[in-house]
Amino acid sequence: MAANLATWRRIKNRIAMTMAFLAMAFGLFWLFWILITTLDLGIASLSPKLFTQMTPPPGSEGGLLNAIVGSLLLVSLGTLLGTPIGILAGIYLAEYGKHTWLGRITQFLNDILLSAPSIVIGLFVYAIYVAQAGHFSGYSGVIALAMLVIPVVIRATENMLLLVPNPMREAAFALGAPKWKVIVKVTLRASIAGILTGVLLAIARISGETAPLLFTALSNQFWTLNMNGPIANLPVTIFKFAMSPYKDWQQLAWAAVFLITMGVLALNIIARVVFRPSKHT
Amino acid sequence: MPGLTTQISIRKFDFYYGKYHALKNINLDVYSRKITSFIGPSGCGKSTLLRTLNRMYDLYPDQRAVGEILLDGLNILDRGVSVNELRAKVGMVFQKPTPFPMSIYENIAFGVRLHEQLSRVEMDDRVEWALRKAALWEEAKDKLQYSGMSLSGGQQQRLCIARGIAVKPEVLLLDEPTSALDPISTMRIEELLNELKEDFTIVIVTHNMQQAARVSDFTAYMYLGELIEFGVTDEVFVKPKMKATEDYITGRFG
Repeated sequence: MAANLATWRRIKNRIAMTMAFLAMAFGLFWLFWILITTLDLGIASLSPKLFTQMTPPPGSEGGLLNAIVGSLLLVSLGTLLGTPIGILAGIYLAEYGKHTWLGRITQFLNDILLSAPSIVIGLFVYAIYVAQAGHFSGYSGVIALAMLVIPVVIRATENMLLLVPNPMREAAFALGAPKWKVIVKVTLRASIAGILTGVLLAIARISGETAPLLFTALSNQFWTLNMNGPIANLPVTIFKFAMSPYKDWQQLAWAAVFLITMGVLALNIIARVVFRPSKHT
Repeated sequence: MPGLTTQISIRKFDFYYGKYHALKNINLDVYSRKITSFIGPSGCGKSTLLRTLNRMYDLYPDQRAVGEILLDGLNILDRGVSVNELRAKVGMVFQKPTPFPMSIYENIAFGVRLHEQLSRVEMDDRVEWALRKAALWEEAKDKLQYSGMSLSGGQQQRLCIARGIAVKPEVLLLDEPTSALDPISTMRIEELLNELKEDFTIVIVTHNMQQAARVSDFTAYMYLGELIEFGVTDEVFVKPKMKATEDYITGRFG
């Protein structure tokens, strides 16, 4: 009887393990296919010219320099604008507004913002900025990207601060520390690794966003650092070049896909390695 | 009693969690440079009472205290009292060790900097003094720059005690300070308390009656939010005045 029971449990365990394994394999299969295609076509189109020449007209030689620099500008300014706002709002939600109506409303709106399709953000910035200014611009792209960064950073900050055990807060208060000092010196410090991971993941997210830039920064065939006008960037370049019938443009699109994928991969690895929880932090 | 100075007197004190009446008409004196322990079954209000002595309840808006708690003759419940200055005079150690996410040195310097401006050398001296007082200096002197979290549980709790006394308070409150520690660490902390009472007034909440009997000079037995009996520890344990106290300390209930 007991032996039968044990056998039956073993069989059930096998079935469950097999199904879990198949589910994992199914997910990984597509991921690897995407990665392999990207690597295959991307590496084939890699060349030093990518980093030295501008996006070309069809049929002539060129690279991605203006798009790479444009993307770096848009992403870094978007992060610089969105991160402080996100961290401050996250601090408010976790440390001040936990049981207030303003806190609850902010939290609810942030949940919506977090899951809002990025094209909606793009159209919104188009309506309030681009349409008013009368022209596409890098600045409007920065605003759109910042709006994508903010909810991610708010959520990360809030969650990480809420993970700080309350006795640690009380211990700091018990020494006679004012609230702002407790937050800056103790709770923020205890959760900084998690918050920075959130920021890195937000950067990874906006690095590949196309829709919000399509309506804001647009694109630019030429070299420019003027943020008040349309500026080249990798995602929109990919969108434009991959949809084109020209072989050389498609090649450049794959090279750009490769660069973004590697960049995002690197950010994710950095987030995991550098901010991995350790006993000695 | 001769030779005793009252450090804290609690008079007609009531405490509420929202509408719940958690402490009822508490009258109690805490004597200077003695160890006073609060004992009683879970939920009797002993931690609540301890947490009013440094106004920890201020952090929670629905908690309310009524009555008088005089520290050096001043009612600490008065609105005008600076909570941060009060907490410099009344330090606290918690149940679980709570080292801050910074170095051992900084853990101690953090509290000191809130109330005093010391030179680098003075601060070094203060950190060493506090660590020596907390019997942690020998173990920690070579790793002052290591994270406080790298210490063992018992060491972390002694770090928290060092952090508390580095501010040079008059009173040290301990809320079940050894309940998360192993017997050896517990013994070390108990020995430590015995030394610390030369300089500080100590109030300790404990679930462990043997601990209360071992370390404290005075014992308060509480039950359902009321102070049932208060007196010299030996008397409370050997010949309690109240039947309820006797039932509790002999293990007949609780």
